[in-house]
Amino acid sequence: MTQPSLITRDLTIRFGGHVAVNAVSCAFHPGELTVIVGPNGAGKTTYFNLISGQLSASSGQVIKDGVDLTRMAPSARAHHGIGRAFQLTNLFPALSVLENIRLAVQARAGMGWRMLRPVRHFRVLSEKAEHFLEATRLGARAHQPAALLPHGDQRKLEVALLMAMEPDVYMFDEPTAGMSLDHAPEVLELIAGIKRDTTKTVLLVEHKMEVVRALADRIIVLHNGELLAQGDPAEVMASQLVRDVYLGKSEGVA
Amino acid sequence: MTTTSTYGSIAVKLMVLLIAAALLFAPFLFQDVRSVEVAARICIFIVLVASYDLLIGYTGIVSFAHTMFFGFGAYGAAILLKQMGPGWGPVVLGGLAGIALSLVIAVAIGLLSLRVKAIFFAMITLAAASVALVLASQLSHLTGGEDGITYSAPDLFKPATKLLVDADGKVMKIAGVRMNGKIAAYYFVFASSAVLFALMLRLVGSPLGTVLKAIRENEARAEAIGYRVVAYRTFVFCISAVVASLAGTIYAVWLKYTGPETALSFDIMIDILLMVVIGGMGTMWGPVIGATLLVIAQYYLRDLMGVAAEAVSSVPVLPELLNPDRWLFWLGILFILLVYFFPKGIAGTAMEKGVRQ
Repeated sequence: MTQPSLITRDLTIRFGGHVAVNAVSCAFHPGELTVIVGPNGAGKTTYFNLISGQLSASSGQVIKDGVDLTRMAPSARAHHGIGRAFQLTNLFPALSVLENIRLAVQARAGMGWRMLRPVRHFRVLSEKAEHFLEATRLGARAHQPAALLPHGDQRKLEVALLMAMEPDVYMFDEPTAGMSLDHAPEVLELIAGIKRDTTKTVLLVEHKMEVVRALADRIIVLHNGELLAQGDPAEVMASQLVRDVYLGKSEGVA
Repeated sequence: MTTTSTYGSIAVKLMVLLIAAALLFAPFLFQDVRSVEVAARICIFIVLVASYDLLIGYTGIVSFAHTMFFGFGAYGAAILLKQMGPGWGPVVLGGLAGIALSLVIAVAIGLLSLRVKAIFFAMITLAAASVALVLASQLSHLTGGEDGITYSAPDLFKPATKLLVDADGKVMKIAGVRMNGKIAAYYFVFASSAVLFALMLRLVGSPLGTVLKAIRENEARAEAIGYRVVAYRTFVFCISAVVASLAGTIYAVWLKYTGPETALSFDIMIDILLMVVIGGMGTMWGPVIGATLLVIAQYYLRDLMGVAAEAVSSVPVLPELLNPDRWLFWLGILFILLVYFFPKGIAGTAMEKGVRQ
């Protein structure tokens, strides 16, 4: 077994008296795609926020390749290889699609402080941005402001931003939420492509069972902020406990 | 903000080019003292408003301390020119002192409060600016209090200085304009303003400029993709403070007088806000247009109304309405109309019009 790239150790966050994520310890390995499931309010997105740094843990640790990220700002975690796409579209609305992607490329290249030469002189950035633009098939929209894109394309741009960060750990939070049936496969194909790279670790929050079956190497189940079960997808989904909390009683997803 | 060029954006750039040309040849085009005064004030305010636009338009930071930094630069030069006598030494030293003080205060305000909500930051800048204003009037042995300080500019800028002499040893005239110290002073203002403006133009077009826009658009996402937002904000706040301070120094050298009215009052802050709103935020062309329009209006609307009132003197009521004493009323109406018809400022609104196919 490879060394885990990302570990959460007793990761906990309390909001007042409410414990949203409770002592979740879990390891994620390169070349492995882990789907995180759980009913609404189980703490999946909160768990993601603790890993990528939008929230600070009350206790516990986030460790990436032996480095403790727990007290770092989101930007520092990004430089340590944690990349995150958001559930609710979270773009730079007035900027063009290409500029959105170039910003992510530029952050990855550590060139944000360059201030003496015009952007267009940095050919490397534009070429890489074009690459991710084509990879996500947003080429035709390159010069439109992100705010004017149809919902499906905004979701794709969300994924493009994550890909342009070229992280070690990819975190997708319901990437196909609200997408039409003809757009969703494009995004899933992109995720499958990332999964084929055995140096990358992928975390995916997803409700759709067919997606879970197609992509998951492993499943972890969160319930009321606690890690309820983890393991092989088929086994986990078959276990009575998981059926009760997740499939049976809470939501009725088949 | 899209990259597609529009006829509107061409029109805006032409307008800016026209203003630049008018400012470049101002002493030759408008040969009276007052016009050159107006032209110099326009130069300074373009720089001052553009540096404010770095904050409010590009990065989305609302500060009310911009005149404070302007004042630091102005008072730095003024105090030293008064104490040490005319010369370049006090100008440079005073300018540097202004920059140093601006940097210290900007870093302090930035690191302490750019993490907090925008409204708190705005309030803290307001408080800091009030303190600076009070200090300037209290430390009157240094600042001259409410009266301000009058001093002499470096010798080069004295009206008696002969830049070029003809065969008889008299001041040479080019196109009817005397090549004396006044000309030198104007071109000092013009050139230094042009350099500062060009530097800011360079900055907003650079990778750093794109990060600033990203922070304005979506701060949390900018942080998530790897930009340390607090650092970028503090940095742009410092840059903007330094440029404002330099503009203050230049203005102090030009005016040969510095007081609360010219360098520190909240009236100037309001002018800056009006100029950036009317010109258009988030583009460097906006401040050029806004500053030019507002300064011209402030200087010439009264004259224009006097002429108009004269012209309609036979009609009832109208001359009363157009009485030059009511110029502020008409200026207010002008602003309301401008904001109504150009909600994103003149440059911002115009640049979106006329998409080219």
